Amino acid sequence: MKKLLSGNEAIARGAYEAGITVAAAYPGTPSTEILENIGPYEGIYAEWAPNEKVALEVAVGASISGARALAAMKHVGVNVAADPLFTVAYTGVNGGLVLVSADDPGLHSSQNEQDNRYYAKAAKVAMLEPSDSQEAKDFVLEAIRLSEEFDVPVLLRVTTRICHSKGLVEFGEKEEAGIKPYERNMGKYIATPANARKLHVSLEERLEKLEERSNSTPLNFIEWNDKKVGIITSGISYQYAKEVFGDSVSYLKLGMTFPLPRKMMAEFAKQVETLYVIEENEPYIEEAVKVLGFDCIGKDKIPGVFELNPDIIERSLLGTEKELLKPDRQMPGRPPVLCPGCPHRGLFFALSKKDAVVTSDIGCYTLGAAPPLNAADTCICMGASISAGHGFKKAMERNGRDGKVFAVIGDSTFFHSGLTGLMDVAYNKGNITVIIADNRITGMTGHQDNPGTGKTLKGEDTVALDIPKICKALGIEDVKVVNPLNLKEMRAAVNEAMKKEEPNVIVTQWPCALIKTEPQPKGYCQVNQDKCTQCYACMQIGCPAISKQDGKVIIDDTMCNGCELCTQLCAFKAIEKVGE
Amino acid sequence: MADVKNILFVGVGGQGIILTSKVLSTALVNAGYDVKMSEVHGMAQRGGSVTTQVRYGDKVYSPIIGKGQADIIVSFERMEAMRMLEYLKKDGVMVVNDHAIPSMPILTGAAEYPEGIIEELKGKVKTIVFKAADVARDLGNPRTQNIVLLGALVKAIGLESLDWDKAIEQEVKPQFVDINKKALQKGMELAG
Ligand SMILES: Cc1ncc(C[n+]2csc(CCOP(=O)(O)OP(=O)(O)O)c2C)c(N)n1
Repeated sequence: MKKLLSGNEAIARGAYEAGITVAAAYPGTPSTEILENIGPYEGIYAEWAPNEKVALEVAVGASISGARALAAMKHVGVNVAADPLFTVAYTGVNGGLVLVSADDPGLHSSQNEQDNRYYAKAAKVAMLEPSDSQEAKDFVLEAIRLSEEFDVPVLLRVTTRICHSKGLVEFGEKEEAGIKPYERNMGKYIATPANARKLHVSLEERLEKLEERSNSTPLNFIEWNDKKVGIITSGISYQYAKEVFGDSVSYLKLGMTFPLPRKMMAEFAKQVETLYVIEENEPYIEEAVKVLGFDCIGKDKIPGVFELNPDIIERSLLGTEKELLKPDRQMPGRPPVLCPGCPHRGLFFALSKKDAVVTSDIGCYTLGAAPPLNAADTCICMGASISAGHGFKKAMERNGRDGKVFAVIGDSTFFHSGLTGLMDVAYNKGNITVIIADNRITGMTGHQDNPGTGKTLKGEDTVALDIPKICKALGIEDVKVVNPLNLKEMRAAVNEAMKKEEPNVIVTQWPCALIKTEPQPKGYCQVNQDKCTQCYACMQIGCPAISKQDGKVIIDDTMCNGCELCTQLCAFKAIEKVGE
Repeated sequence: MADVKNILFVGVGGQGIILTSKVLSTALVNAGYDVKMSEVHGMAQRGGSVTTQVRYGDKVYSPIIGKGQADIIVSFERMEAMRMLEYLKKDGVMVVNDHAIPSMPILTGAAEYPEGIIEELKGKVKTIVFKAADVARDLGNPRTQNIVLLGALVKAIGLESLDWDKAIEQEVKPQFVDINKKALQKGMELAG
């Protein structure tokens, strides 16, 4: 049977066929749908872990116990999971272990475009790179086999265009792997210095054997055509190269990119007149080619920033300039915005009126930094709001500068990596206000459950962790819960916090406007044009349902969620609620 | 790849673009084509621009297309049509929904919604203009505007012979199958 699957759907199918029985992930674009699609398989235990380190460690434990296991995450998630990764390379596995890293060249939805192929090299784990959905599925099975045969974890490195592109996939049979026997093996699984020294030596031996395999595996193959030009490439770049050059040039297509098949690469390089290396972002393969002593055309011509496409490759390598249809003028942008009814809007509106530093974090609420709210100073990585806010304030205190610091963090981000930061604030006598924007869901990545929602990935009921209680347990005495869409309440909490001289937490609690299972406001808001003085105070909140048309303020009834934040800003009672 | 056709859908999150490209891809797969479809999500529900791309032929390599390579662009919104113009082949077709969704810079007064987009498009390239929401509302469900636009695309690219009823049955919730079949027919008629 052939089906049109996205790379992520294909990886999920691959996990099923490979007999994987434990899978864990923390959501993150473009990786999220992998676990969402594994979830429905009854034979696989699948969970949303609170962060990527936990996800990988869950998979590591499952692997040591003898089961085939998978962890999935976006590229920056691997930074969080790097600690276990580097050591599990030493210990090796029992059941096969796959770590899926979904990179995001082009930064479609990420804070950087790091190239995680270097992780395989740095951590010394094998790496496979599929170039379409079929390979995405097949390579999960290959990864599991390699992992068990060579006693190493395998990094399955994919990119946005693999994850989110659909292609036809031929299904296979499920391997009934079950669970391997487990026996205590302290020399292998207890990474003390004495053991780890031996394990490091054994890892180098395993890598040598893996390189031999890399030179012989059908995952790396040559397509001989004319030998004037040869192209070494991997992943999605292979498809782009084929699109541009078709069968007019020869290819060395790499499916296994760590260890690289150096013998095969040298063999290929020797036989072609001109060698291109086509890869997205960093010159990972190119560097290896050059170390082998071969000249090649790569990043000197092909941009190292943003994603590639056939058009860019054609232009950079062949110099073709197409004449394009051009608009006479530039269109206004369409940046993402907080949705109508979003509870974060009330919070950031209150903060926007304060002379304070706002260290923010990653999630929908990052959009509080966008116009017209403009209410944030920083966004670095998940969890940094609290710890960087703490450091910001300590620096000011120590150097005699006055100022208030608010750290804003979402509920899922707080569970991910905010707890340790908050602990630091309490322990080290910090003096900031931490605002936990609890919209009852992991919003940005499309509504995944988290430890605060009371549901698991499989849809089962479970304990819902109590954020105010956690804050208290972490040593913060002063914890307040407010409704961010009640402006009076929200402003009062922020005003009070401005004056505080000890650490405190405000939990802004209201469900994301897109959650269908939570009660949402009924009806919608409407402007009574007789009462409206066109002062435009309501437009300061940046609600996409409110627009100005020929001077009049209009609320789009199909978009309005009825949250009534705008009505609270109208001094003339000109905004009325209808249709309740 | 001369025999590969490139279609680009563009619009704003929530307009049903992903479903439209799914119905199209399913019909193409059923007809035996090699198909690749690419979408970028993440920011889609947050009011940003959304594009999906469908490529089909005997053998398709790249899931995405570059500038100047689209045979047809179907734009669900006026401003987005103009934004993506560079992606259209010079002899390509622009199917555009005559509908404006102001973006935040426009709402805040930092920019104005550009006038005269349709006229400008018509001056540059073959353009088929629709008021898909009106057509869909007349059919009885404004949410079928995406399939009305799909109908126009089908006509413009000459895929009338595919089994659209079956594709709609596969991709659309049962209670909306009939209305979507009608919407597709209507779109094909109006583009004819
Ligand atoms: C290390 C890391 N993992 C995952 C992500 C992807 N990511 C970005 S925002 C987000 C969810 C934020 O959810 P929450 O904190 O609840 O805020 P909301 O979007 O609901 O406002 C995730 C998972 C990331 N950017 N970095």
